[in-house]
Amino acid sequence: MSSEQDPLHRQLGLTDDELAQIEATLGREPNRTELAMYSVMWSEHCSYKSSKIHLRTLPTEGPSVLVGPGQDAGAVDVGDGIAVVFKIESHSHPSAIEPYQGAATGVGGIVRDIVSMGARPVALLDPLLFGPLTEERNRWLFAGVIAGIGGYGNCIGVPTVGGEIRFADAHTADPTVDVMCVGVARVAELVTTQSRTAQAGSLMVLYGASTGRDGIGGVSVLASATLDDGAEGSRPSVQIGDPFAEKLLIEASLELIAAGSLEGLQDLGGAGITCAVSESAARAGMGASLDLDAVPLREPGLVPFEILTSESQERMLAIVHPSKIDDVRAICDRWGLTTAVIGGLTPGGTLTVRSGGAVVAEVPASSLAEDGPVYERPVAPPARTMGNGEDPTFVPFEKDLTEAVFTVLTAPNVASKRWAFEQYDRVVQGNTVAGPDSDAAVVRVTGTLKGLALSTDSKSRFGRLDPFLGAAHAVAESARNVAVTGAIPMAITNCLNFGNPERPEVMWELTESIRGIREACLALDTPVTGGNVSLYNESGDSAIWPTPVIGMLGLLEDYRLRIPSSFPRPGLAIYLMGETFAELGGSEFAEAVLGVVAGKPPALDLTRERALHRLLVAAARGAVVASAHDCGDGGVAIALLESAIGGGHGFAVALAGDLPSHVALFSESASRAVLSVDPADEEALVRLAAEHGVPVARLGETGGPRALIEGLVDVPVDELRDAWEGAIPRLLGET
Amino acid sequence: MTGAVPRVGVVTFPGSLDDGDALRAIEQMGGHAVSLWHGERDLRAVDAVILPGGFSYGDYLRCGAIARFAPVMEPVMAFAERGGPVLGICNGFQVLCEAGLLPGAMIRNRSLRFVCRDVWLRVETAQSCITDGLTPGETIEIPIKHGEGQWIATPEQLADVERDMLVVFRYASRTGIVDEAQNPNGAVNNVAGIRNAAGNVVGLMPHPEHAVDPDVGPTGGQPLFASLLHMAMAGVIG
Repeated sequence: MSSEQDPLHRQLGLTDDELAQIEATLGREPNRTELAMYSVMWSEHCSYKSSKIHLRTLPTEGPSVLVGPGQDAGAVDVGDGIAVVFKIESHSHPSAIEPYQGAATGVGGIVRDIVSMGARPVALLDPLLFGPLTEERNRWLFAGVIAGIGGYGNCIGVPTVGGEIRFADAHTADPTVDVMCVGVARVAELVTTQSRTAQAGSLMVLYGASTGRDGIGGVSVLASATLDDGAEGSRPSVQIGDPFAEKLLIEASLELIAAGSLEGLQDLGGAGITCAVSESAARAGMGASLDLDAVPLREPGLVPFEILTSESQERMLAIVHPSKIDDVRAICDRWGLTTAVIGGLTPGGTLTVRSGGAVVAEVPASSLAEDGPVYERPVAPPARTMGNGEDPTFVPFEKDLTEAVFTVLTAPNVASKRWAFEQYDRVVQGNTVAGPDSDAAVVRVTGTLKGLALSTDSKSRFGRLDPFLGAAHAVAESARNVAVTGAIPMAITNCLNFGNPERPEVMWELTESIRGIREACLALDTPVTGGNVSLYNESGDSAIWPTPVIGMLGLLEDYRLRIPSSFPRPGLAIYLMGETFAELGGSEFAEAVLGVVAGKPPALDLTRERALHRLLVAAARGAVVASAHDCGDGGVAIALLESAIGGGHGFAVALAGDLPSHVALFSESASRAVLSVDPADEEALVRLAAEHGVPVARLGETGGPRALIEGLVDVPVDELRDAWEGAIPRLLGET
Repeated sequence: MTGAVPRVGVVTFPGSLDDGDALRAIEQMGGHAVSLWHGERDLRAVDAVILPGGFSYGDYLRCGAIARFAPVMEPVMAFAERGGPVLGICNGFQVLCEAGLLPGAMIRNRSLRFVCRDVWLRVETAQSCITDGLTPGETIEIPIKHGEGQWIATPEQLADVERDMLVVFRYASRTGIVDEAQNPNGAVNNVAGIRNAAGNVVGLMPHPEHAVDPDVGPTGGQPLFASLLHMAMAGVIG
């Protein structure tokens, strides 16, 4: 951290070299206000200066991609003139300090990103990682974040339909709080750089909430530095959310777009007015004139840099032709929102900021928005390398397998997250076909039969052992999660959560992870449409594990053909698709039962992975399967048990092969799924599997009150359900 | 009156969230859905009114406390007093209590947490605008989603409510057992919904508009909308 004796630019988080670059741009020294503007715009959070050159290697194009990275959110064409807009972001640093508001305002920010593309938000998913719930502070963070997500999301009428929740020691100091929003728009109504028609003379209209002192410098103070012991002192940098205002903002914005009143639209998030105005001007290839006296303030006495960098929530900036300003005011009035013309676009590229009649800042708009520094930081693998520690795959296990099953089933990563999900409104808007208890959520698109299959996934335990494989697995699992519903994996958004990029080993983890995402996305034909990078997730000498979170969009042409994830009835045949190898490295079994995160993560053959997805999509179209469940944490054992618990039907199976029993049960080999099939369809399934080259094994049948794995496990399903559902409440001391 | 399709109005307050869902449910059940705006004193000749769920005015004072002063509430109150069917769902229930059309009040759930889940309700009376044709004792499945859904009343109010059989639904098991284990929010006597003495005004915490389409949830809301449309039609004819 900087001290107060440091020169101002360093206190604001700018390096000496960055100051020199600013001076070269301006041909003079920047004044304090200008320095503040550069400090927020050139922060890691806004400029992606450490990750930019690496992000450029990701595949971003495909026939269905309408909008790729670089805009408020990506967009994909799902046919019939409908665009799906989606993006994931992090709000981890604010959540570590003030969990309720941190998580709540994270939801608000991503929702505005989607709205600013002209799309109606239709779903939210919240991938979260915390430290173990055995520690009191982690329980406080967990409960606060969940309440904040619900408290905000439930008040804006957007269903929260999913998002995984995981736990690891490395997240004790630095929880990861990401949020993905999905929106739907007519392709023709998307607000993109291309569709913006802003011109010199167009007005910049700020509407929504007034501007206060909350969130001053949030991006530079909070999001772009590590949290040290004094982090509580950063609380004034955490924004305060008002979901009621957000709901009005959503409705007013969509009405403004539908009425054709706007030439451009931008939400106010990180770096506040500075970011919105400079990006709007730079995108239009113009400058802007900004009058701070016109900005409605929450309290008197804000100085220019505070107004310019405040991250007060629930504000939008519209670019409006002067002939449309009355229409804009009328619509905002109807929704009870204040509007203020705070300036206009000007020819040339200069952003001129006035306050009290005097010019307080004068800088090239593009120098803030587009010409930030780009770093090629040193990269070096850490001393510990892949496959460190004794691989748990080859450690003999002679303890009771039933006990091991209960240990894995009640491990916090595997246990039911109902305690959290019940705090989210998953039904509003009336389109939630499958919610958080499914491998992927399925949300139907109003007025069509289309279903959007949505999943967020991370594999940081694998990533800890091999960041390349961990990231590739995250993409593969995310695609598999949508494929088991019968949906075609379409595209991803990603949130890259890492430690301090100024450490070469963190940069190595980041670059390896990006390489893994690239490989998997190329092989699975799921381009990257955008995302977010969250760095400096470390405290003291403890960084989070490499945690790229993948947000996957899948498409079902007919949501009614969705495959459920649980056994729907007795008398079905149970099949395992894919092959099980001796792979316990980095597994849930190894962590929960053996207490180690070690070994080599499972291999990943992306050709096999894709074949499985194609098989599942074909099976759904032919209505051949009755249920399908991904094999992930806890392997085939947990896939079987969750299928049984969810459906309320037991099963009797036998696991053939020569693997040791515990390996057969808990191996986390990739590219597998547990299916149930009506006996009349078995032949069709086996034929489909052969056509797609997917290995298939008949394990047994559904039915009865017990979960029976021949010679290994025999337990009533009710008992399993109680254990699975009770685990998290027990850790929270509620039972 | 022309045509045989009753018009059911749904009020949109600032912060209403389930207004679109209520409009869709009305259409799905064969009614004609009419959108009503909080700022207008016009009920647009509807035959029944729904006050939908959500967080009207942000619920920042007390749930429903500000909405009840909205201009649209004047004709809604008059409509209710004339015997017109009025259904308040979740936040709408809170508005009806604040407006004095129904007894009691809602406080935070006993768990102090928001809760969204499918619950079973036992029908307590057929004498209401949404339970016409149902049989007391039967159970239906409908989702709840609220943070402040614990219905409370003074001992005198509660005695009156029970004596006059104003409870419309209680939280119950699938088989109709009413006990604490089935109570999701701590409501006194497991009350999930109540009516006024005439039965034309009903408030309930569960969301029947999210229980009409089998593709996205349970179907326990279907008979409630069927009843509401029937009662609205009766008003049309009468």
